[in-house]
Amino acid sequence: MASLRDIKSRITSTKKTMQITKAMEMVSASKMNKAEQNAKNFVPYMNKIQEVVASIANGTDASHPMLEEREVKRTAYLVITSDRGLAGAYNSNILRNVYQTIQDRHNSKDEYTTIPVGRIGRDFFKKRDMPVEHEITGVADQPNFADIADIAKQTVQLYTDEKIDELHIYYNHYVSAITQEVTATQLLPLTNISSEGQSLTSYEYEPNEEEILEVLLPQYAESLIYGALLDGKASEHAARMTAMKAATDNADELVGDLTLKYNRARQASITQEITEIVSGAAALE
Amino acid sequence: MKTLTVSVVTPDGPVIENNYDMVSCKTESGELGILPGHIPLVAPLTISGVRLKSENSADIIAVNGGFVEVRPEKVTILAQSAELPSDIDIERAQKAKERAERRVNSGASDIDLMRAELALQRAINRIDVKEKA
Repeated sequence: MASLRDIKSRITSTKKTMQITKAMEMVSASKMNKAEQNAKNFVPYMNKIQEVVASIANGTDASHPMLEEREVKRTAYLVITSDRGLAGAYNSNILRNVYQTIQDRHNSKDEYTTIPVGRIGRDFFKKRDMPVEHEITGVADQPNFADIADIAKQTVQLYTDEKIDELHIYYNHYVSAITQEVTATQLLPLTNISSEGQSLTSYEYEPNEEEILEVLLPQYAESLIYGALLDGKASEHAARMTAMKAATDNADELVGDLTLKYNRARQASITQEITEIVSGAAALE
Repeated sequence: MKTLTVSVVTPDGPVIENNYDMVSCKTESGELGILPGHIPLVAPLTISGVRLKSENSADIIAVNGGFVEVRPEKVTILAQSAELPSDIDIERAQKAKERAERRVNSGASDIDLMRAELALQRAINRIDVKEKA
């Protein structure tokens, strides 16, 4: 049986760890609230741009390379992960999903490329010797649009320059504080612009449809990327919060077990001492 | 008198939502003044100041990129960024302007030059809007 001192030091260290995980849980909770708020702020912008894009794309016969499917020679995967770990299965879920998809779909490295967001994703692809087109690390916890505008622009540019023919985006969709779902969507070409539930207005276009699309579509694609990033961030904080809560609970349980063990050991040692004294006294009689 | 509901929306959230009598903005094909009852219209905006006028006040907003969507009673401006004069940091804009000017003059490659020029336009626009307010 472990000595009293050993057990005591384990209890202390577990309690210290618990303090840290608890603090991290609370930090993540507040970050999650903010991230949720950010995602909410973004909704009116997204809805509006979607509405306008839908009415142009469905209401006219204007065409644009970003709306048309072409032969797919190279596919890009934009994968949103976090910079730091300790977020439970947040990163591994998404990376497993992407890795599986890539293995199933592509035979050689020339057929695809990856654009990881976050250090964990970058390290994952680099370690497996997979092509990495751009990498984005150090995204703020509460990103604003200016932070990622460049990245989004570069990514959309890859498509415009025909370096890639398809762009898929993988991220964790924030369902609730305890559920996040790996979501994969095809971003480019924009083939599935839904106009459900929206009243389509027929607009006048100044100067004409083509030039509007020229401005509008890249902006639309960029905002889709930004939306996914906000969603991913909210999920990240939620996942970290849940993971830290689980860690705190486990530590609590462990401290309970150890305290019980400690008390047993203490009692045993007292009993032993008494026995020794009693038997010592009996020997003197 | 009829008014226009104007909302300026950016990815970071709504900037302004209010009633005005007239909106004047600079689109890629020229200046555009919008009064209530305008036919539905979509037009891309340049990096410029958008003026919003009501009976007794006038606001100006520095808009970067984006477009304007007009409906008879409602005008929506969707921009990558939009700032009220009170949100503009004039010193920062000045510095950005100098930086961009240096880059434009340094004879960089095409893409860098294009970016520097855009940055310069944005900085000039911010300073301009701040001064007009």
